Amino acid sequence: MKLNTKRFIAGILIVSFFVYSIVIYTVGTRVDKGEKYVTEQAKKGKLLFQKKNCIACHQLYGLGGFMGPDLTNEISALGKGPLFAKAFLMAGSERMPNYHFTETEIEELIAFLTYADKTGVSPVKKFKINYDGTVNWKGKDETRD
Amino acid sequence: MEPLTGKGKMKRETSIYFILFAILSLLGGIAFGILGAFQFVIPKFFELIPFVKCRPLHVSMVIAWIFLSATGGIYYYLPRYCNVKLFSNKLQKIHLWIFILTGIGVIISYLAGKFGGREYWEFPPVLAIPIIISWIIFGFNYFKTVFTKTEPWPVYLWMWGTGIFFFLFTYLESNLWNFSYFRDHLIRDITVQWKAGGSMVGSWNMLIYGTAIFLMDRIQQDNRIAKSRLAFIMYFLGLTNLIFNWAHHIYIVPNAIWVRYIAYGISMTELLILGKLIWNWKRDLTKSLQDFHLLSVRFIIASDVWIVLNLMLSILLSIPAINIFTHGTHLTVAHAMGSTIGINTMILIASCLFLIPDVTKVQFSKRQSLTISIGFWMMNIILLFFWVALILAGYHKGYMVVEDKLTFQEIMLKIRPYLMVVAITGTVIFAGVLMVFVPALKLIKAYLRST
Ligand code: HEC
Repeated sequence: MKLNTKRFIAGILIVSFFVYSIVIYTVGTRVDKGEKYVTEQAKKGKLLFQKKNCIACHQLYGLGGFMGPDLTNEISALGKGPLFAKAFLMAGSERMPNYHFTETEIEELIAFLTYADKTGVSPVKKFKINYDGTVNWKGKDETRD
Repeated sequence: MEPLTGKGKMKRETSIYFILFAILSLLGGIAFGILGAFQFVIPKFFELIPFVKCRPLHVSMVIAWIFLSATGGIYYYLPRYCNVKLFSNKLQKIHLWIFILTGIGVIISYLAGKFGGREYWEFPPVLAIPIIISWIIFGFNYFKTVFTKTEPWPVYLWMWGTGIFFFLFTYLESNLWNFSYFRDHLIRDITVQWKAGGSMVGSWNMLIYGTAIFLMDRIQQDNRIAKSRLAFIMYFLGLTNLIFNWAHHIYIVPNAIWVRYIAYGISMTELLILGKLIWNWKRDLTKSLQDFHLLSVRFIIASDVWIVLNLMLSILLSIPAINIFTHGTHLTVAHAMGSTIGINTMILIASCLFLIPDVTKVQFSKRQSLTISIGFWMMNIILLFFWVALILAGYHKGYMVVEDKLTFQEIMLKIRPYLMVVAITGTVIFAGVLMVFVPALKLIKAYLRST
């Protein structure tokens, strides 16, 4: 392969990296179905979620550690909800540490989980598999535009 | 081992410190991994360092192993074997110091329970600043060095440069969450985080695969492969995947739908890489097997086997129809562990076993070579059990989650036996790694005494 060909391909790929990045930061991630729930409290809750490293054991959208359950839809899940979550946050469990949160902190975490719940569905349990190997499911494709 | 004293003092190589700290970091990282694995199956196990701290200690120290060993190798190989003079030794030393001091900072922050809570990089975000500075320094030093080379670069020089360049940008990208535009929009935040994370893994793979090609080129004294057209086609295909395939980690996140299609399509081009590997395997393997007695070559051959196994797994996991079951289960962990241990660590061990005798001018004794060989077989055979146990755990969990009949606790109880196997085999892998590195550490110790 000629040096100029290599430079040309590498150049195109590098430029497409930056262009694609900007596309992802904007149009690729414009929609947020939970937008209305992004309150000051929820924002603080998200930071608290990070500072306490909840992600070491929990997942959002299946991403994170696997010791505890996925928390994306904790707030709307059958038989769970804010009070159920609060109980864990107040006392921990055999595996989950007790963080000795204050009442305000618990409210913030719940506000964040309430927001997360509105953004989508995880884990996906109802879906349809297409012949090309793609999948359609509620919470992603149906509500699109 | 012949004593070095009395020969006059050699000048001490800075790169040996990268390797020394890399090895220590790996040993520490695996130890925390084992602790975490046991905490997974036995609640309240070793409460002094709870799981919430063990996990990041494990991840960060193992990543530090990858970077320190890859970087140390590049610093050493450039001036010795690539016909260039390192632009600045001083910058190399500064890089080393920043790395070590930041590493200590990271460990202290975890032990103190101070987190930033981001996947892979769970430390507070201020510590990202020295990391970014160190990569700018590394990149500056690297490009200043290789741009003096007049003849065409072999593919590994391209790969190392690409790895450094893209690591810097993807690492910066992974810190965008510090701006509220990203942080306060969960879908954007997760998408950008996994875009950065996915490409970042691609960038360190560039450093590592480059090292593997370099080593085979050196050991077999044949630079045709590293300059061949096919090598460059594979490199560009790898780079395309680095840029576009990351969304297979986040198919279920509700971002724009084409993000998923692009990732799916590009991920499938990995079939070409897999095909090429299998197609050439017999020829390449017959050639490498002639050098099987060489310790480095042996580890590279093992990595080749793991590349094929993991590539098959990762291609399957990239198909949305399969991913919907496997996402969020230990199948992802199987893929991550298979690649970091089976591929990355095997190649980087090969590099260490080439570099250490080269720096110290002392070969491993017969006995030491035997110990390393036993460690080699132990690591690879047991890794297979470890890997399969994770796959089975993931398969069962994925199935049970979608079936939606059991509670989380019940599912975890069902996969517990597999996770127990993971913890136990992980311990044996650690023993294998120790057998490989104790002789290597002895050589380094003697060298540091004599210089
Ligand atoms: C060391 C691991 C660990 C950490 C860290 C952790 N958790 Fe948990 N958490 C668990 C486990 C495990 C459970 C499930 C209950 C059980 O089996 O004990 C759980 C349960 C929960 C539940 C109830 C979920 C359900 O559906 O049963 C909520 C809510 C929760 N955690 C929130 C959090 C938040 C918020 C944080 C961070 C402040 C956090 N957890 C940190 C391990 C952890």
